[in-house]
Amino acid sequence: MPVTFKLNGKSTTVDVAADTPLLWVLRDTLNYKGTKFGCGVGQCGACTVQRAGVAVRSCQLKISTLEGADIKTIEGLSADGTHALQKAWEELDVPQCGYCQAGQIMSAASLLDKNPNPSDADIDAAMNGNICRCATYIRIRAGIKRAAEIKRGAGAQPASGGKPDGRPEDAPVDGRPRSLFETAR
Amino acid sequence: MATSVRISTKKNLDRRGFLRVSSIAGGGMMIAVYAPELEAMAAKLSGNTKNTRRADYTPNAFIKITPDNIITITSKNPEIGQGVKTHLSMVIADELDVDWKDVRIVQGDHNPAIYGGQGAGGSTATPQNWNYLRQVGAYGRSLLVAAAAATWSVPESELTTASGTVFHKASNRSMKYGALADKAATLVPAAQLNQQALAALTTLKLKDPSEYKIIGTKVPGYDTHKIVTGQPLYGIDFTMPGMLYATYVKCAVFAGKATSANLDEIKKEPGIRHAFILEEPAPQLGQNGTPMPRNLAGLLSGVAIIGDSWWQVQSAKKKLNVQWDEGTTVNDSSAGFHATAETLSKGTPNRNLRKDGDFAAAYASAAKKVDAMYFIPFISHAPLEPQNTTALFKDGKLELWSATQQPTSGRQLVVNTLNIKTEDITLHIMRSGGGFGRRLTNDYMVEAAAIAKAVPGVPVKLLWTREEDIQHDFYRPVQWHYFSGGVDAAGKLVAWRDHYMSTGPDANTFGNSAAIGNNEFPARFIRNFQLEASIIPSGVPTGALRAPGSNGIAFAVQCYIDELAEAAKKDPVEFRRDLLSQWQADAPPPAPAGGAGGPPGGGGRGGPGGPGGQPQFDAGRMRAVLDLVAEKAGWGKTTLPKGTGMGVAFHYSHLGYFAEVVQATVSKAGAITVNKVWCVGDVGSQVINPLHAENQAQGGILDGLAEALGQEITIEKGRVVQTNFGTNANQFALLRIRQACPVEINFLKTNNPPTGLGEPMLPPAVAGLVNAVYAATGKRVRALPLSKADLKWG
Repeated sequence: MPVTFKLNGKSTTVDVAADTPLLWVLRDTLNYKGTKFGCGVGQCGACTVQRAGVAVRSCQLKISTLEGADIKTIEGLSADGTHALQKAWEELDVPQCGYCQAGQIMSAASLLDKNPNPSDADIDAAMNGNICRCATYIRIRAGIKRAAEIKRGAGAQPASGGKPDGRPEDAPVDGRPRSLFETAR
Repeated sequence: MATSVRISTKKNLDRRGFLRVSSIAGGGMMIAVYAPELEAMAAKLSGNTKNTRRADYTPNAFIKITPDNIITITSKNPEIGQGVKTHLSMVIADELDVDWKDVRIVQGDHNPAIYGGQGAGGSTATPQNWNYLRQVGAYGRSLLVAAAAATWSVPESELTTASGTVFHKASNRSMKYGALADKAATLVPAAQLNQQALAALTTLKLKDPSEYKIIGTKVPGYDTHKIVTGQPLYGIDFTMPGMLYATYVKCAVFAGKATSANLDEIKKEPGIRHAFILEEPAPQLGQNGTPMPRNLAGLLSGVAIIGDSWWQVQSAKKKLNVQWDEGTTVNDSSAGFHATAETLSKGTPNRNLRKDGDFAAAYASAAKKVDAMYFIPFISHAPLEPQNTTALFKDGKLELWSATQQPTSGRQLVVNTLNIKTEDITLHIMRSGGGFGRRLTNDYMVEAAAIAKAVPGVPVKLLWTREEDIQHDFYRPVQWHYFSGGVDAAGKLVAWRDHYMSTGPDANTFGNSAAIGNNEFPARFIRNFQLEASIIPSGVPTGALRAPGSNGIAFAVQCYIDELAEAAKKDPVEFRRDLLSQWQADAPPPAPAGGAGGPPGGGGRGGPGGPGGQPQFDAGRMRAVLDLVAEKAGWGKTTLPKGTGMGVAFHYSHLGYFAEVVQATVSKAGAITVNKVWCVGDVGSQVINPLHAENQAQGGILDGLAEALGQEITIEKGRVVQTNFGTNANQFALLRIRQACPVEINFLKTNNPPTGLGEPMLPPAVAGLVNAVYAATGKRVRALPLSKADLKWG
């Protein structure tokens, strides 16, 4: 039976088996590959999208339950990749393998919508369902805080986007000024 | 700006290697570097001195310079999150003296005839490529300078370069590389190129580190923008018109065989096009004509279901009913392995690996003796992107799109299994959503190839479920260390014995990555030292996991050292300093006895630092990182409340020296909170990309904490108990953000060649945490994971 829902602002109709999870509709029917498959049981968060602004696990949402739903994926988070979280993620170079990061960003976007200035504890509570196998958690925390700053309009953004920012400077990525380097004594 | 250098032809040449500089249709130049020395160096580092000579000349780098002043660098190694695509290109770009903004990086397809070794494993990319890629960049620069000199009829010595431009200051002239590339490409007559270019490689003056403009700066990952905007990058994302989806169902008992299945019923399910059983291929014949052992890392028997969508295939699978021949290992169990280890510990070891001095006498006369058994469980790699490969078999040719750490061995596996010629296979290397050693084994690639071969002309994507990934891994091997040791009246460690055990296909053969090297610390530092080993037969497939061998050995050794320190009434840091300054054997270790097994790190992971072949370590470098981490952490200078403690550990692997201090709090109810980790690492004179290096090191340490805190794969009835991620006792626990503490990374720069950062930070974190738990609670945990230990106190 056809199901019509809003995907990244556009009305979208699909006709697949009723029990097909939204994740597979996105990836295989609609060719939106940004939303990732990690576990299929709602444990890892790689498939996180937003439903009416709330972070949800798309592997757990049957398409038959989504008639009229408002779904946003990483591809629709911003028109040109300039959401504050995307900017912050690039600035701090959060990813390693990067596979979980779309899900991390979608969860973080819901958090920032509700809480523009989250503490570490707020972040940990909101993000605990998103696994990063490379364990980039320290930068995920820093990235969310940096995005909150960008959203508030605080602090000019240093150069980024594939361009080195000069000599190694001691600007920390985790809020503690220090040098990474020591010379052997 | 670097000063110009003239190409010299004085140096005696290795004629097996050469450079090729050529024009590009449409303008520009391409530099390909053929350097067999690289292969020889890799082999030397890994301790494998066989097969260092290659029949063909293989270029190890590709640079294109086009008239639009864009520098395109081909990245030949798989990118699995280790950052290699970015940081090796940084090395070339800096010596070439171009701006990073003008650099483009493309992923090379698998083609060892063009690119030489292509792999991701063993933290080898940096040590293998550091010198060559700088030389390649500098050589390219020298050609462009020569082209400018010829154009202007001025001496090269008057020319300088910067930002992809050659300058002649005296006449205030400049030319962009893009405008010089055509000329540079034809500058050296082809007949002279080999000799001249190789001489140039070895005699060119490289930049002084103070002249670096890109190396040592913080460069974001080349693909970060694509990642944060959800663009398709990974193997799982690949798609093509007409592609079908496949699942492959194997026996839950390792290497069991499918004898029959309700295939006709399955084919009637919605969207299902094909369902069939694939047989395990007959073993290959050895040189004397006898069958080789089964290749359990190859194609195993199973049921393939192919359909229009992956979800339809999964839905059909729920109705699949297979009769299995579960084979001979159906009674394997974790409890059984433990019982066998206990029995073996009381008998004569299978092999003696090292004997220095007289352990028995030293132990008998020791003032204090400590006996302890340490246990490390099987664990799974669990990269977040499940295993997958897309394959198309058409007109006798096979095309593959695969996320793999070892494309060359994957292709060979396909050749051996499916009787397809090497030249008929095209393999595209896709970005991997994590590797950790799992994708060194290409079982999923040969499965996809076999399935595609059965349905010629149709592209098929095989994608595993998470359950299949957890239950059909090549697990980090179990380890048992039965230690006996003693200290003398002065508190000096005088006797050490380790009866090491792990699993293997039979009692005389270690499994992949399951052996121990005879050079592992504290070998060489204790006069009366004995290392023995025994093997527990098991059907559980094993393989290299990030810092293979080391990730278990460091836990056992560094925790047992703490026990000995306590017996000696010495501070753990002080005791380690004493140990590092003790007697060191000069002689190389005796050859391992026992023959079969060999060093771990099979599956390509036996690179530098693999416990079998790692070079002896430098006690001075380890002492320096230990001293600095103690200082950074305020070791011995902080008074911590009961329930909070600090633990220290160090380990040498993959040519890297790492010492770490972990501070943890254990609640009275026994819950662990890790508060902070301090890390000092010595990976030589240069960290190429500090932005990624810090990320990688923090992640590796948190990975070690995750292993210690809660990871275990258990075996019952010949199969894995765990099925997916989760927090309950019977699921596999990956670290979550709540458990991620601050990790302070410090690199101690030393005058040594730069080495890799994929792995060596991990091993000390495991032991550091367990030692911190002891300091906090007085409870000594000797079997991982910590989640199984009762840590209640007070």
